[in-house]
Amino acid sequence: MGLLDKHSVLERNATLLLIFAFLVVTIGGIVEIAPLFYLENVIEKVEGVRPYTPLELTGRDVYIREGCYLCHSQMIRPMRDEVERYGHYSLAAESQYDHPFQWGSKRTGPDLARVGGRYSDAWHVDHLTNPQSVVPESVMPKYGFLANRMIDGRYISDRLETDKMVGVPYDSDMIANAKADLAAQADPNSDYDGLMERYPNATNVRNFDGRPGLSEMDALIAYLQVLGTMVDFSTFQPVASR
Amino acid sequence: MSKKPTKKKHEVETTGHQWDGIEEYNNPLPKWWLYTFYVCIIWGIGYSIAMPAWPIFKSGSTPGLLGSSTRANVQADIDKFAAMNKPVQEKLVAANLDDISSDPELKNFTQNAGGAVFRTWCAQCHGAGAGGNSRLGYPNLLDSDWLWGGTMEDIHYTVTHGIRNETDPDEEARFSQMPAFGKDEILSKEEIDQVVQYVRKISGQDNDANLAAAGETVFMDNCSACHAEDGTGDQAQGAPNLTDAIWLYGGDVDTITYTVTNARYGVMPNWNERLSEADIRAVASYVHSLGGGQ
Repeated sequence: MGLLDKHSVLERNATLLLIFAFLVVTIGGIVEIAPLFYLENVIEKVEGVRPYTPLELTGRDVYIREGCYLCHSQMIRPMRDEVERYGHYSLAAESQYDHPFQWGSKRTGPDLARVGGRYSDAWHVDHLTNPQSVVPESVMPKYGFLANRMIDGRYISDRLETDKMVGVPYDSDMIANAKADLAAQADPNSDYDGLMERYPNATNVRNFDGRPGLSEMDALIAYLQVLGTMVDFSTFQPVASR
Repeated sequence: MSKKPTKKKHEVETTGHQWDGIEEYNNPLPKWWLYTFYVCIIWGIGYSIAMPAWPIFKSGSTPGLLGSSTRANVQADIDKFAAMNKPVQEKLVAANLDDISSDPELKNFTQNAGGAVFRTWCAQCHGAGAGGNSRLGYPNLLDSDWLWGGTMEDIHYTVTHGIRNETDPDEEARFSQMPAFGKDEILSKEEIDQVVQYVRKISGQDNDANLAAAGETVFMDNCSACHAEDGTGDQAQGAPNLTDAIWLYGGDVDTITYTVTNARYGVMPNWNERLSEADIRAVASYVHSLGGGQ
């Protein structure tokens, strides 16, 4: 047995045990994590995914602040029942600019990965204000107060900078115009050409909550309406090796 | 009470630790446990050969001898059910829209498949029973009062392209827009009160006769182009019939006043990107059969 009998050396020396335990855990960690950095199909490239607009990003922060993720996930799993109910299964690339991502299988409420465009803005207002008014069996709480909480975008440039620090490709133009873009997206009468130029794909410009002013309701609905709409799946070819 | 340790049949060696007379046996692992452990190791090696496992290529990991793939599996699963439905779906897509309800096979299929599509995609607005919501403006699909027409062709078009959306790739969504008579200062507050009473009158509700009489002129000048001179509406423009007792948002004075002042802009998504032609035909036929189909 020779070498194997020597384990008593490790068991009698706490420092040595700590060092060797650390080495073993490190090897395990490297084996699991390192491939994610060189494998090309970890995040397969798909066209259309862009960083969130300032308004969508604000809405996303509202989504996280209100704990929507406690009941709703954003990950359609590759199973027939989910694909037929929610649409094409989610791709890693679709949440590559999410910090943090909203994956999961928590389905107290339906999955929201492709909720964008599925309902009208007015439905979202009705539903967020009083979910039971449109879906009587729903157990969702009411979020009507969001329409009264106005946003001024005071920190929106900093918010974009923060995401840029963790790798979201916001350029200096996007950051400099963040506040203007924030307001323009919820005002179809504004000059939103700059916004469309910076975020050309799948960007909706509407008065989302149907009320004057820029509220958290606008932001949240703008976020919900873009979810899952960035990738055109009619041209998507799944990589066979996955 | 504890007995002294009796002499064992097989004397087990100790680890050599000893504290206050207490010693620690160095028992080997139970055989069943040890061999299960070895079997797990062997099974693990076999599994990593049979299934996708080792990340040694840049393009991905080893595919495994069995060629298993989550994506291929889900596609195969979907294809299996699609193949089962294919003959009837092809027949449905090829059929003339007006002939669907008279063909027993298609009728049976659309009742079930269309009902499933309805409960998945339509019920959130129109209600699980298709009764709509007469306060929030989601139309009731059970009655024979149609905004954009109740023939199979009309319903099929509405489901395909939707209403007042900007997302239809063909840009053929049904579109019309009522002016916001109050908000945009087209009518004065007085005129709005008058026309509201006139609408109350033609819909057979309690009204102020004097205001209603004055409101008739306002109606003819501002509303009749879309809602028709007799107020029965125009399905080509999605202008509702104002003379019946069916209301989209409500027929009380406050609601009609709000509607005339701010206008309404109900949006329905286009379903041509989410549903197949067969699904759209199935749900259109289902809705057509609910009672109001023309």
